[in-house]
Amino acid sequence: MKMNWKQVTFVAAACAVCASVFVSSANAADWGQYEVDDRRSGFTYMTDESRAMQVDSFQNPGMIWVEQGAELWTEVNGKAGKSCASCHEDATAAMKGVAARYPVYDEGAKTLQSVETQINHCLENNMQAEPYKWESTEMLSMTSFINNQSLGMPVDVKIDGPAAEWYEKGKAFYYERRGQLDMACKHCHEDNAGGIIRANTLTQGQVNGFPTYRLKWQKVGSIHRRFRGCNKQVRSAPFGYGSDEYLALELYVKWRGRGLPVETPAVRN
Amino acid sequence: MAKGVKPRVRVPKKAAKGDIIEIKSLISHKMESGRRKGKDGKLIPRSIINKMEVTFNGKPVFTADWHPAISANPYMSFFAKVEESGEFAFKWTDDDGSVYEKTAKITVA
Amino acid sequence: MSTKQALSALTRREALMLAAGATMVAAGGVVLKSGTANADEKMTNDAIMKLIGDKKPADGKITLELPQIAENGNTVPVGVSVDSPMTADNYVKSVHLFADGNPAPDVASLHFTPMSGKASAATRIRLAGTQNIVAVAEMSDGSVYRAQQEVKVTIGGCGG
Repeated sequence: MKMNWKQVTFVAAACAVCASVFVSSANAADWGQYEVDDRRSGFTYMTDESRAMQVDSFQNPGMIWVEQGAELWTEVNGKAGKSCASCHEDATAAMKGVAARYPVYDEGAKTLQSVETQINHCLENNMQAEPYKWESTEMLSMTSFINNQSLGMPVDVKIDGPAAEWYEKGKAFYYERRGQLDMACKHCHEDNAGGIIRANTLTQGQVNGFPTYRLKWQKVGSIHRRFRGCNKQVRSAPFGYGSDEYLALELYVKWRGRGLPVETPAVRN
Repeated sequence: MAKGVKPRVRVPKKAAKGDIIEIKSLISHKMESGRRKGKDGKLIPRSIINKMEVTFNGKPVFTADWHPAISANPYMSFFAKVEESGEFAFKWTDDDGSVYEKTAKITVA
Repeated sequence: MSTKQALSALTRREALMLAAGATMVAAGGVVLKSGTANADEKMTNDAIMKLIGDKKPADGKITLELPQIAENGNTVPVGVSVDSPMTADNYVKSVHLFADGNPAPDVASLHFTPMSGKASAATRIRLAGTQNIVAVAEMSDGSVYRAQQEVKVTIGGCGG
């Protein structure tokens, strides 16, 4: 049998994944709202300590960004002399449900808008302000604050009408092999969720808790940052923050977690 | 001053005389350990909050000395016995000499 | 055939297969070993002596709350409490925390007063690998207590 370099590397990677399946433990716990049919939030794969850190709104370090976002909300920014609150007023009412239904197809802009692109759309067009950089403190604070207004609401994204095309594109991405390891999203997150890769537990890769405070990052990060990390792990060139590829993938993966509660800011390993 | 440092504290608003209350605090800070290397391969200099002091009506309640082994965005919880209404004052001191402060009032009946 | 020859006879493919096998063995939930170039027991004891002098710590009175296995060494929750009435003439002055496998053993010193009511506190710490957390408590009467507990820190996979 002769294998090329790519195939050999895949065997190595696949073995690591297979081996992990044997050590995954059956878990019959009742996860309440964190489990809907066969869909499980990343919350259910964490240790008790990390879960405790998330559910206590004071201990949760992601709340630092939520509070910073609350301050930005009322801060005047840009040539139009407006703040977010000038138009949207009270965020607790106006932004409730946003994280549950985004990304959405925007008929006016003729594109799929994530919370980030929507914020920048507002900044540039309505406030005549500079857009935020994707992974900047301002963007992470604003998205953490906005998404936190939907805490506990079930994820419910629209995938019909003009969003259908994006959904299909995201789905194709999810099942498409890529990188030197020749792996698709599904190899870890659909086939091996609950298994262990080295000493970390693989999850279903749900995105209902973003921006998420990752213990590894020691700060909150966006869904697209996580996508980039995954792509790099399979030795594939990552796509850009806010790229059409990741926006489509975000919609598809969000749909995979339909019914799971918004957990922003979630705490994950 | 390290950029964007923001303290948060949680003190119960009310308590009965003689109660032992739990106080929680969280402050946003990278707590750069001085042992990490930056993209240029050089060590990033140490920059941490090294002290947290808490007083109640001016009297010391709790003090902590922190080393680089304290996680980013330091969390600290502790207790206080309250005999009268008053104000808790929190003070964090940065390696660069900056001081971050926060106060919280409590009514004791 | 000598070992050297045997090794050189390995093809690139076989070497990779061996590596894959090793990965499989390792996949069962390995933990980092303490030690290497980090602090050790001696350094930790020296750090303790610097704070309490040559006093001999006794066992007991201290309860450490730590996970058995930490999900990520960057943020490990730790709680410590010391049994004491916390009155003006009998209280816990300080609790010092050390990690004997970190680059430097010092973690934190917590100073209490009778106004603390309870000698109990919690924080989050960084652990470079599997190691012991040591707590040393200094009481108002000059007596000293010591406790320690091991925390296993896992190797990251995708979490790195």
